[in-house]
Amino acid sequence: MIHRYLIKLSLLIIAAFTIIIFFKANMVYAAKTGEAPGRKLAKQAVKDSKRWSTIDHSKVDALNQRFSSGEEVTEACISCHSEAATQFHKSIHWTWLASGNKNDIRYGKAGLSVNNFCISGNAMEDKGCLSCHTSWNKKGVQGVVNCLKCHNTSGFNFEEAFTDIKGFSGDDDPEIVDIVKEIQEDVKTALVQIDFPNRKSCGDCHFKGGGGDGVKHGDLDTSLVKPNRKLDVHMGIDGKNFTCTRCHTTTDHNIAGRIYTNPAVEKRKSLIEDDLAPKITCVSCHSNAPHKNDSKMNDHTDIVSCQACHIPTYARVNPTKMWWDWTNAGKMKDGKPYVEKGPFGKPVYKSIKGEFKWDKNVVPEYYWFNGSLTSATIDDVIDPAQVVKVSHPVGDGTDPEARIYPFKIHQGKQPYDKINKKLVAPLLSGKKGFWTTFDMNDAIEQGNKTLGIPYSGEFDYVQTTYAFPITHMVAPKENALNCTECHIRENSRLANLTQLYLPGRDKSKALDTIGWLSVIGAILGVFFHGMGRIFIRNGKEK
Amino acid sequence: MKVNKRIKIYLYTRFERLWHWLQALMVTCLIITGLEIHGTYKLFGFQTAVTVHNFIGLTWLIMFAFFVFWLFTTGEWKQYIPTTQKLFSVIRYYSWDIFQGKPHPVQKSTGAKHNPLQRLAYLGISAMLLPIQMITGLLYYLHNDIPQFIPLSALANIHTLVALFLLNFLIIHLYMTTTGHSLFSHISGMITGWEEIYETTKIQDWETKATKKG
Repeated sequence: MIHRYLIKLSLLIIAAFTIIIFFKANMVYAAKTGEAPGRKLAKQAVKDSKRWSTIDHSKVDALNQRFSSGEEVTEACISCHSEAATQFHKSIHWTWLASGNKNDIRYGKAGLSVNNFCISGNAMEDKGCLSCHTSWNKKGVQGVVNCLKCHNTSGFNFEEAFTDIKGFSGDDDPEIVDIVKEIQEDVKTALVQIDFPNRKSCGDCHFKGGGGDGVKHGDLDTSLVKPNRKLDVHMGIDGKNFTCTRCHTTTDHNIAGRIYTNPAVEKRKSLIEDDLAPKITCVSCHSNAPHKNDSKMNDHTDIVSCQACHIPTYARVNPTKMWWDWTNAGKMKDGKPYVEKGPFGKPVYKSIKGEFKWDKNVVPEYYWFNGSLTSATIDDVIDPAQVVKVSHPVGDGTDPEARIYPFKIHQGKQPYDKINKKLVAPLLSGKKGFWTTFDMNDAIEQGNKTLGIPYSGEFDYVQTTYAFPITHMVAPKENALNCTECHIRENSRLANLTQLYLPGRDKSKALDTIGWLSVIGAILGVFFHGMGRIFIRNGKEK
Repeated sequence: MKVNKRIKIYLYTRFERLWHWLQALMVTCLIITGLEIHGTYKLFGFQTAVTVHNFIGLTWLIMFAFFVFWLFTTGEWKQYIPTTQKLFSVIRYYSWDIFQGKPHPVQKSTGAKHNPLQRLAYLGISAMLLPIQMITGLLYYLHNDIPQFIPLSALANIHTLVALFLLNFLIIHLYMTTTGHSLFSHISGMITGWEEIYETTKIQDWETKATKKG
């Protein structure tokens, strides 16, 4: 009787297994052909890429005048776009503060945040930084919004034109008057070409952050002004030719993207789940199961970011800065500051900045990342005995929002306050800045004053790291990583990551030893048994 | 030593042989691809190894269902009921008597295809190792599709350990096939179905009790 129930139970279990397997197998083999779902969805999301507009700026009266200053241009813009400046004043591109509250100056270029490049924006007192601020004439938040900083697509240098016009003003020489008129005509011609920002508009600042091409990000440099598909499938001019704002979607002049400690999005949502979601994540257009149904890859997306495999290396065309050591800044040659060039034709030493190392085609470092980064400020106490993480990804394997994500880790040495054990914010440009005085102690004194943080008067240098998420320069799918870049015992790209079992990389030493001992035991056993049999001819006499 | 006349009996049915050799093929492929996935060596490439391993693994599960069905509907499962009778003389045979040319203490017959040591070994494999391997393998395969109540590391480590135990079995099993009256007589028995035994050997009652028809 018992047997009969056992048989029935076994058959039931087998039937259940079989159903599961058939279901899974069906999924596996059903959609082998055709396009990967992620591509299909993404193509659909961007198929209507031709933008249309109801305005021809060359017919707008407000623009049909002779401008003699940037401020006048902005006034003309606002005469129609009445809320543009009001909106823009609240955006981080204007305030350089992460918080919407302008009294909260903790995080931001204009706040207490520091990096390990030019270190601090010194509350916009460091005028050198302001060439990237979206105001006219480096006036910072005291000035008037320079709409053309982002919306100029003509390539015309308005700032220079208006400086010239200002220089010529009050001169009655008819020849000069003619020149001014000519410049003003050029301004007008360029002005009516205003449009949504293109890659160059954003890149003028974002490709050159930190004082030069490719200094900061590693996945953003001037090679992306006109990239090919191989460098970036999305922005490639022979590919989709996306502008930045194709993904960095915008509301009220606030542009989607990560802001200091704030993630770009709280949750990865596809446009199917929420068609008003910012298109900032890969998932927005590609969904979270983008590969063909038969692909094991889709099982990765719960812990591995798309970027981890699809950006095999960064800085693939232009080199990027990997190391910046301020310690030896200020050396002179014949009493003058100098520059020394090295590999890639890039400077390896600058008197005003110290020593650099550059690299190209760099393999990223990988960390768990939930979208947030820590961000050190000059008000945080540090441990100078350790490498200080000025910026570092947040997240671990237990965080459901965290993914394994590629990073550029920029290393360097920068000054800190020996007594207060805090990083410091030396002032660089201007009469009192380090680039003029070459006196670091005084530069720190001046710089910390701009932010209201006391300085003890004693400084030393501490090693620091700064993390940049690598998310641009997505390669065509055929250039995505092979499995064995990570699934391998030695030199796995993910060698430093714990909290996951990675097949091919991981093993249980104890269990593997037991297993292999049993295998070796079997081999030795049959070997000696067999030798015994051969040797005594199975006990048979010849 | 008295020499008995050898006769051939039909011991393994067509399904049994098919299952056996298919199983042999699949186990070999699974071990080869599995160890590559485990990172022991590089052979086909990780992606190919995974695809092949998954495909064969799923095929195995389906085939195993047929095997279990066959086992129970034909009553052949009773061949695996363990016994201690003559177990020790079989052990003594393989570890001592075989070197002296003595005959095997238990002969094969239709009702008792396996000697007591084989019964124990095959029961252990079919009822323990293979189910563990199939369950851990299936849970591993479905890790992203069903609630994860066992950590992947545990599944993978057990799956690897049992795979190595099966490799251990495979080595000994292969070697044991050479212990018939000629090196290949057991293998040819599994190919043709006909196994040579000694005519005069009397099949003991306890051996066939369970499978005796009627």
